[in-house]
Amino acid sequence: MLGFALRRLVQALIVMLAVALIAFSMFRFVGDPVNQMVGLETSIESREALRESLGLNDPLPVQFARFIGNAVQFDFGTSYQFRQPVADLFAKRIPATLELSFTSALFALIAGIPMGIYAGLNRESWLSKLFLSVSLIGISLPTFFIGILLIFLFSVTLQWLPSFGRGDVVEIGSWWTTGFLTVSGLKALILPSITLGLYQMTLIMRLIRAEMLEVIRTDYIKFARARGLSNRVIYLRHALKNTLIPVITITGLQLGSIIAFATITETVFQWPGMGLLFLQAVQNVDIPVMAAYLILTAFLFVSINFIVDILYFLIDPRLRVKQA
Amino acid sequence: MRNFGKSFAAIILAASAMVPAAHAETLKFAYQGPLTQLDPYSLNETFTLSMLGNVYEGLIRRNEKLEIEPALAESWELIEPTRWRFHLRKGVKFQNGNDFTAEDVLFSVSRMRGEGSDLASRVPKDAKVEAIDDYTVDFVLSSPNPILPSEWETMFIMDKDWTEEHDAVKITSAADTTPNYASLHANGTGPFKISMHEPGVQTTFEKFDGWWDTARHNLDKVEFTPVSSDATRVAALLSGEMDMVYPVPVQDLKRIDSNDGTRVMTGPELRTIFLGMDQMRDELLYSSVKGKNPFKDVRVRKAFYQAIDIEGISQKIMRGMSTPSALMISPLLFSRSGEFHRYPYDPKAAKALLEEAGYPDGFSVTMDCPNDRYVNDDAICQAVASMLARVNVKIDLNAQPKAKYFARILPAGGYNTSFYMLGWTPPSFDSWNILADLEACRDEKGNGGAFNIGGYCNPKVDELAKQILVENDPKTRDDLIAQAFTLTQQDVSHIPLHQQSLAWGVSDKVTLAQRADDQFLFRFVTKN
Repeated sequence: MLGFALRRLVQALIVMLAVALIAFSMFRFVGDPVNQMVGLETSIESREALRESLGLNDPLPVQFARFIGNAVQFDFGTSYQFRQPVADLFAKRIPATLELSFTSALFALIAGIPMGIYAGLNRESWLSKLFLSVSLIGISLPTFFIGILLIFLFSVTLQWLPSFGRGDVVEIGSWWTTGFLTVSGLKALILPSITLGLYQMTLIMRLIRAEMLEVIRTDYIKFARARGLSNRVIYLRHALKNTLIPVITITGLQLGSIIAFATITETVFQWPGMGLLFLQAVQNVDIPVMAAYLILTAFLFVSINFIVDILYFLIDPRLRVKQA
Repeated sequence: MRNFGKSFAAIILAASAMVPAAHAETLKFAYQGPLTQLDPYSLNETFTLSMLGNVYEGLIRRNEKLEIEPALAESWELIEPTRWRFHLRKGVKFQNGNDFTAEDVLFSVSRMRGEGSDLASRVPKDAKVEAIDDYTVDFVLSSPNPILPSEWETMFIMDKDWTEEHDAVKITSAADTTPNYASLHANGTGPFKISMHEPGVQTTFEKFDGWWDTARHNLDKVEFTPVSSDATRVAALLSGEMDMVYPVPVQDLKRIDSNDGTRVMTGPELRTIFLGMDQMRDELLYSSVKGKNPFKDVRVRKAFYQAIDIEGISQKIMRGMSTPSALMISPLLFSRSGEFHRYPYDPKAAKALLEEAGYPDGFSVTMDCPNDRYVNDDAICQAVASMLARVNVKIDLNAQPKAKYFARILPAGGYNTSFYMLGWTPPSFDSWNILADLEACRDEKGNGGAFNIGGYCNPKVDELAKQILVENDPKTRDDLIAQAFTLTQQDVSHIPLHQQSLAWGVSDKVTLAQRADDQFLFRFVTKN
């Protein structure tokens, strides 16, 4: 077990290092950060001095080593735009992104599971067909377009919901802000969560529907029917339970990508999370912020994968047998 | 479960009770970018300076027509041609309650010239600042400078005691790891103070009751949110969540104007958009012509000029939101600009000029262009390319994001271009800056007219610029400027295109002044 975990850990570290290297070398090509940090009329000498003070004139390996050395201590340097430590900036933005991600995941589950069950059990009904066509839209329309569509319907035309921001937030402790405790905060969550969660909802719904179709054809469902159990018990207790295993795996993995790729939704709704910070950083060649974001995202995925690997090891006896 | 429902309802009730009723006048507005930092000397950029201009003040300020008026200095006089005396306003308080005195002016000027400052050029390098008494300050120059205070609206005065107390005398450089107090907090003498600043998320301003001037505005609070997506920014105005948003993309102007309760305010901006050509290298870097540089021939430059249908660009691409320009400076900034006219659009004449210059079959050249800096910048370049194609000049268009574009064409990139686009506002609002930065001869490294990217050089223009710099009589000075502009126009040093228009989306509840320098100042705003 320990050997297996260690091996996975080493692999994870190699992946992280590779991501760091790719991130670092990519940023050499996005443009000159100095130009974004000063006004157009700034003299050449002061530009040169700034470049020197940022260490941009050092050879590349030196810059990379410095970057890695600081990153392992969670020091990602100072943002070029905001002149604040990158770690502080991210710490302030993480609550917004996490709250949005969890709400969208919740929305995807709460809406996706019942729709999937219904569509699996009543294949021919018009409502199932409606669900399927709606889910087609969820998969095929780009996120930003759905977001703008929702804004124009619910904010501009009906004026029910805000079009941007988090509403009023309440501070919990010194490092967390939440929008869950105010009316405007909750209202502000609705549109971005739907936008972000629509794809996942579609995925879950289709998955459940397909699994459901498969499961109700199996023998144990036939036997359950023979025992005279009610439909309700058969479908919700016996059939649903067995469809959930792949759903849980997918949801877990998708949560990672929701958090990491909320970028577009956050930009459309001006949601003050990490994704928005990242996009602003790209526009302004704020290399420390971009690097930190990529490393953070990679770290998220690597950790999730690592945990999943370990869980499989614990759950699946076959893996253990091979070890022995 | 029922209990949970109850307590949840209680939380919601309690939370909604915490939201204060909106009696006070609050202005909510959005801009496309964030207010990155509050240190008044760390970024020489219009939006940052405009926001800080609500909190900090300079010795002078400009009214809605951009005319200079007294601010922290009540009056000033020229004692000798090189000695300016400023009489400071008495009884002015900083927002922390400290008194404003000459000491603060001296301190601010020295901090502004310090390491890491992006505004060091506000005061000439060799100028000395002397405090005569608590309310009199002299600026002693090495040579006369008739426009000395012209840029001083944004030469913000900080409180010496406050800055020292918070250990913020040094300006935060990007290499520092701890943020500077002054980059997160502000303490000025202006009409508003900053009550909350979360960079990139929101900044809240509150009325400063101790302001020395009588308030024309009726605002108690201003909330600024950066909204980067154009569609969302427009939607926030249309839905009434925002009282003002800017800039508005040209395609949304009609939508906002036709909507009940909102309008678009437009006006010419000071910035002039122009094209420039490499006239310095003996062979162009990116062209089919080898062994010589076609742009060294004024006939080729003039042919390019006359091949461009500026009215077409104004109507089709800018949708009327631009004013074609004959000069490299906005007509608002030079009194005699009415005497200058563009060379007419005339493809036939352009073709003839090219033939005369020895290019009857034209040639090809690469044009560098930003695609996220000016209004419709890459669309303008595409149009120029197709117009030049009609006179047989083949343009390879290289449109890039500003981060890459400026790294390439500016001095630091070694002026790596043959044909480029640039926009320029003279920071002093004065023609001399155009002659010094854009038209003056330079060497390969950029000594001289550093932003004269094409390397245009006419010693007569440089000579005139020298005289203009020290000429104190306004009439003679304008005469000299007109002479210099006549020369640059004859030489086709650049191809001026237009001044783009400002477009602000405003709620009908709000009246405000739209300054041509794109500064949004709350002291001109009333809301009802």
